Amino acid sequence: GSKFKAFTFDDEDDELSQLKESKRAVNSLRDFVDDDDDDDLERVSWSGEPVGSISWSIKETAGNSGSTHEGREQLKSRNSFSSYAQLPKPTSTYSLSSFFRGRTRPGSFQSLSDALSDTPAKTYAPELGRPKGEYRDYSNDWSPSDTVRRLRKGKVCSLERFRSLQDKLQLLEEAVSMHDGNVITAVLIFLKRTLCKEVLFRELEVRQVALRHLIHFLKEIGDQKLLLDLFRFLDRTEELALSHYREHLNIQDPEKRKEFLKTCIGLPFSAEDSAHIQDHYTLLERQIIIEANDRHLESAGQTEIFRKHPRKASILNMPLVTTLFYSCFYHYTEAEGTFSSPINLKKTFKIPDKQYVLTALAARAKLRAWNDVDALFTTKNWLGYTKKRAPIGFHRVVEILHKNSAPVQILQEYVNLVEDVDTKLNLATKFKCHDVVIDTCRDLKDRQQLLAYRSKVDKGSAEEEKIDALLSSPVSSYSLPLQQSQETVHKVASCVCSQGLERIAVSRAM
Amino acid sequence: MAFPHRPDAPELPDFSMLKRLARDQLIYLLEQQHEVDKLYKVENKPALSSSEQLCFLVRPRIKNMRYIANLVNADKLAGRTRKYKVIFSPQKFYACEMVLEEEGIYGDVSCDEWAFSLLPLDVDLLSMELPEFFRDYFLEGDQRWINTVAQALHLLSTLYGSFPNCYGIGRCAKMSYELWRKLEEEEDGETKGRRPEIGHIFLLDRDMDFVTALCSQVVYEGLVDDTFRIKCGSVDFGPEVTSSDKSLKVLLNAEDKVFNEIRNEHFSNVFGFLSQKARNLQAQYDRRRGMDIKQMKNFVSQELKGLKQEHRLLSLHIGACESIMKKKTKQDFQELIKTEHALLEGFSIRESTSYIEEHIDRQVSPIESLRLMCLLSITENTDKAAGKITDAFSSLAKRSNFRAISKKLNLIPRVDGEYDLKVPRDMAYVFSGAYVPLSCRIIEQVLERRSWQGLDEVVRLLNCSEFAFTDMIKDDKASSESLRLILVVFLGGCTFSEISALRFLGREKGYRFIFLTTAVTNSARLMEAMSEVKA
Repeated sequence: GSKFKAFTFDDEDDELSQLKESKRAVNSLRDFVDDDDDDDLERVSWSGEPVGSISWSIKETAGNSGSTHEGREQLKSRNSFSSYAQLPKPTSTYSLSSFFRGRTRPGSFQSLSDALSDTPAKTYAPELGRPKGEYRDYSNDWSPSDTVRRLRKGKVCSLERFRSLQDKLQLLEEAVSMHDGNVITAVLIFLKRTLCKEVLFRELEVRQVALRHLIHFLKEIGDQKLLLDLFRFLDRTEELALSHYREHLNIQDPEKRKEFLKTCIGLPFSAEDSAHIQDHYTLLERQIIIEANDRHLESAGQTEIFRKHPRKASILNMPLVTTLFYSCFYHYTEAEGTFSSPINLKKTFKIPDKQYVLTALAARAKLRAWNDVDALFTTKNWLGYTKKRAPIGFHRVVEILHKNSAPVQILQEYVNLVEDVDTKLNLATKFKCHDVVIDTCRDLKDRQQLLAYRSKVDKGSAEEEKIDALLSSPVSSYSLPLQQSQETVHKVASCVCSQGLERIAVSRAM
Repeated sequence: MAFPHRPDAPELPDFSMLKRLARDQLIYLLEQQHEVDKLYKVENKPALSSSEQLCFLVRPRIKNMRYIANLVNADKLAGRTRKYKVIFSPQKFYACEMVLEEEGIYGDVSCDEWAFSLLPLDVDLLSMELPEFFRDYFLEGDQRWINTVAQALHLLSTLYGSFPNCYGIGRCAKMSYELWRKLEEEEDGETKGRRPEIGHIFLLDRDMDFVTALCSQVVYEGLVDDTFRIKCGSVDFGPEVTSSDKSLKVLLNAEDKVFNEIRNEHFSNVFGFLSQKARNLQAQYDRRRGMDIKQMKNFVSQELKGLKQEHRLLSLHIGACESIMKKKTKQDFQELIKTEHALLEGFSIRESTSYIEEHIDRQVSPIESLRLMCLLSITENTDKAAGKITDAFSSLAKRSNFRAISKKLNLIPRVDGEYDLKVPRDMAYVFSGAYVPLSCRIIEQVLERRSWQGLDEVVRLLNCSEFAFTDMIKDDKASSESLRLILVVFLGGCTFSEISALRFLGREKGYRFIFLTTAVTNSARLMEAMSEVKA
């Protein structure tokens, strides 16, 4: 066990008593508070200083680009960022919002110098004074290191004079040693234009930093052809294959995508990946067949399951487990020969038992098909005896059933199948399976616990009668609690007694 | 609750200056245009505007360039002439210009830069709002943002003086540091003579510690981020939280008095605090009974507004807690946390593996399953565990020596009895006492030693022997107060849990931490950044 406290979130009817109480207290004040205004509430909202709000507003107004008025008002209100108001104001009354209202004022330039005059940022004024583009420079005698430095400063700088391979590479090395990726890419763009690819690739192969920049650049501008050439040159066959495979993401039409995936099957992936690519192709192929068939069935309106539970989305391009769930939901009873049958999927894709059972259980429980659930866990041995078996453990079965709001009678059946007595009692208590709790206490000959549990059942109910009958039975057949069940008592008692938030702090060891 | 800072804790620098600077720059850039009156999201759609000129404010991405090109070329086809201006933030990339040129619109559009890279999200938190930094650098190996980081650090030293003590670990940290130094040399003289306001700077690469970022968060702010996603310092609380029919955008920072007191708390403490707060509030309202007119007048004019504000905040955070509890209960959070702790501590691997297996089978959430597999993969130091599916990830986390590092740095506290989360004894409280965040432990150890001395083995295990550095710049002007201010720079993102842990450390030691991150991150964002997207 561990000694650290954590909080438990696993409580079903967690009452959050403290929180609820606070909420009640706060709510009781609401009438008093809400009498006159609803202003502050809105003011709490993100008002964004000019900086954040611009790019933000650009996003925000995307949806309603038609209504300009609204956008402007939003922007105006965002300017009321509270802390911003406390800043020393520039002497000019010029504000961003007035600017955005479109009042251009002569002499507004003044606001800038005003604003800058009292800050140490003075040194930025000359930079601002001239847009960077004006720093054009056609001088021809910059050394590689000067050129690179000027590039870093964003100045336009001709690279044309670097014509020998040696000059080009020196330029690249200077860029790399300065660490600025933007400059490295600028030089690479020049190199790509002025060197044939064999030479370019050859030189980059021994310059890994520059190589990574070129690969990223080619990915970004979408020069797939050159990228594949590069991978081929570098003998990175797996990356080559993956890069090709990745293109399927851009193909919307399912038939075309399927055909494309087919071209991926022979590519030099790792052995593991090869199997995945094959599965991907097969899965999409199946999905196309199932989708066509089911869309037809659904629109014909003759099939009960589709009438009762209309499909929420197409099954195309869904993951395998989702497809399995779908097939367990709509095609559970189909023969193994059909593509849409769950068993067929299980075999084709070698779905492990555990995963299959979890998925089938969730699907059948959702439909409240309790017989199917029962069959899922029933196995027959060679003598024809039936036995209950769950690869995921019956405690998980119970939880999944409960999540799908199974009735107590059903839950009870599976709680009883839980082997570990403590777990069984915990689950039975949690899900109010009274009979299981009572019977388990009886089997444990645990009188005290039974007594404690009496308060949990309804007054005058059959359960209460049952408990009373047990408690009044002769001592000989129903002795005092045994030493070894003491632990259980504590566990149950803590489950029964603890309330609400105290449980947040129950030991992590639980 | 909400531990106060020590009386000798230093004051935080004033970051509002950054906001103003950015604002003024933008105003200046926009002033060159006339009458910007509509804002559109840049996307692949024709512009509805009938304006004579269009101005685009964009991140420097190829995709955005293509959108703009489509728009301009459509105008050209329609025989329409307009002026176009592209403002790149925080900077322009040559690859973008290349696309403009290829698309035949270079010269039709003019370009500018808005060097906005430091957004103060809170009094102690600056964000570069560059979530793409993580994927670009750590996955693709593209160093395009290193200059942006260096520029941001340069700006900070211009505004707040140079940093007398510099430490760092990680390849990106080292490169950023070197480029930053180069900038300082080039523009020598600007920072000289300024009294340093911040005594230490610590640069740390995200790949030093993936484990912490992959864990479920249990401090309030982290949980809110994991559950509702905090964006740019604000969160959208849906109707289930506001108990009304509308959603509410709420700013989460130190100005929210209720939030400020619970943000760093372990979630299990939050309820107690909120109910105490609710009772106090009730009592304060109750005081109005039995007041005479004059007292009532005072009450209404002086106290009521504050109480109302508090009331609103309180009901919001109570609503948020309820919603978190509901969601976490549904997710079997208890089991999940148990598995995570087992992975961190390195026991019951078989159980953890079968838990993860079932997690996949039940299709709980692909991102969550991946996260758990990555956690298993790093903590167990095996690429096989996660298999090909997390190829991207294992290429990042290769040769993780988590178990050895954990032992060396004592990341799993050995405690007798129970860990009292109400009175945290160490940074492990941010993970229920089960684990001290590795990133924060490294920072703590280096600050204690003022160097990497004695940490050679750890540095070696982190595969960072070449990339751990210390740089002391002798500066007599540094006040003792400034020497207790530490700027921590997370390259590739930091989580709210790490921020909380360091805030705790600061309170214990009388330091104060300031955070600069490329973006605030969490496990889900990390996994999403690594998954393959449509081109």
